[in-house]
Amino acid sequence: MNAVLDNLDLVVRAFSYTVLLFLIAGVLSLVFGTLLAAFRVGPVAVLSRATAVYVTTIRNTPLIIILIFFRIAGPKIGISFNFVDIQVGEIRLNNLFAACVIGLSVYTSTFVCEAIRSGVNAVPLGQAEAARAIGLPFAGVMTEVVLPQAFRATVPPLASVQIALLKNTTVAGALGVFEAFARMKSLTNDNATQRIGIFLTFAVIFVVLVELVSFAANRIERRWRIAR
Amino acid sequence: MSAPAVLFDAPGPKTVARHRLYTIVAAVVLLGVVAFVVWRLYDSDQLEYEKWEPFLTPRYITALLVDGVLVTLQMAFSAVLGAVVFGVIFGPGKLSDHAVIRWFSWAVVEFFRAVPVLLLMILIFFSYGITRGESGAYWSVVIALTLYNGAVLAEVFRAGVLAVPTGQAEAAYAIGMRKTQVMNIVLLPQAVKIMLPAIISQCVVALKDTSLGYAVAAPGLTLVGRDIYNGFGNQVPTVIVLAVLYVAINLVLTAIATWVQKKFVGEKEPLTVSLVGKTDAGSGLAPGAP
Repeated sequence: MNAVLDNLDLVVRAFSYTVLLFLIAGVLSLVFGTLLAAFRVGPVAVLSRATAVYVTTIRNTPLIIILIFFRIAGPKIGISFNFVDIQVGEIRLNNLFAACVIGLSVYTSTFVCEAIRSGVNAVPLGQAEAARAIGLPFAGVMTEVVLPQAFRATVPPLASVQIALLKNTTVAGALGVFEAFARMKSLTNDNATQRIGIFLTFAVIFVVLVELVSFAANRIERRWRIAR
Repeated sequence: MSAPAVLFDAPGPKTVARHRLYTIVAAVVLLGVVAFVVWRLYDSDQLEYEKWEPFLTPRYITALLVDGVLVTLQMAFSAVLGAVVFGVIFGPGKLSDHAVIRWFSWAVVEFFRAVPVLLLMILIFFSYGITRGESGAYWSVVIALTLYNGAVLAEVFRAGVLAVPTGQAEAAYAIGMRKTQVMNIVLLPQAVKIMLPAIISQCVVALKDTSLGYAVAAPGLTLVGRDIYNGFGNQVPTVIVLAVLYVAINLVLTAIATWVQKKFVGEKEPLTVSLVGKTDAGSGLAPGAP
């Protein structure tokens, strides 16, 4: 345990990176994934097909390949994030961090798209038909009847996707962002005899973070639940 | 497609005309995007023959397919086999009548599901693999993936056993079978049929996760790719080729899963479990809750 306590500031900084990766990529993936889902369930067949192909491709590609693309291959074709350089106290957000955030967002947004699509499909057909039957226009059907129900059905799968994202932030550690995984690796390297303690510390912090996210999701789900 | 049926009425003539316009605009924009990407690749000299030459050279094709695809498949299947064993032990363990076994299984499964697989991998690598060279890295990845996927499969097995109609277990008890017999002879064989597609889908997850072996320099497709782009400086073509290979393998696995689903389960809903147990059961933190 001494290795962790002696380097407490490094551990705290590492988990700040983890949480920042999670929060930024989480918000970006929700926004981008909603956009993809809109194309996917929209009436324009071309967009729907193109999105389906894109989503299938990205979903079936390992995350680390996508991160390698943005981190190592991207700069060769002019995709670089050198303009990102923010220093907040000890935390420095540079181009590596930005590349990993974009990679994580691109990967996660496809799962968000699928979660939202399944949520929309979970709305019973009769709901939309009834709304149309009482004369609601398209916008009314959407905002008053379909989307509120779809959003509720979407919360549990979206929570799963975001928890997966939280765990996936460790992959950024394999590509140069000094977050929890990279810090754990270097601590274990320097204090090989204490590796079990170091692992357990990091693992327990991750379990706590995961529990926090799923607790929040539970709360939202309970608050939004509708009586059927 | 069922989605438009929920969202949209059958379009009238005006709407059809408008959708035609949207379709044309969208097609033009998409073609523009594709053209821009191709132009971008061409402009930065990524389409030159030298950059793609390794992927037309028999020696490197063999390396990609044998040291890459084959080893990756081996790792994924070893991990899934181990994971099935792990799942068979801990899945029914979560349903045990003995509180101690139930709590223990619950804790093990929840722990390995919540901990990122890379942390497990690096611990196993430093504890076991580091002195054993390439095979050490290989087995570090396989063991880490076994534990993670095993925890997920344990949850699948539990859901599968619970999905068997209760009359089956009652009938088995009625003819005098013991608990173990009911589980082994009656419940599990029926549950496996329901679970097969979920197990094959888990192969896709395991296969994608073998690429995380990159972090401990384990053999596999990603490492072969790294060696190629380090040697030739052709990062962009290599990443594209790797992605195509992974996607192709995964699509084949998904097709098999769909076929198995149709053949053995029929049109019923495929069995799914969410990534972390709390969100589906809504049971909070109560350990061992069904």
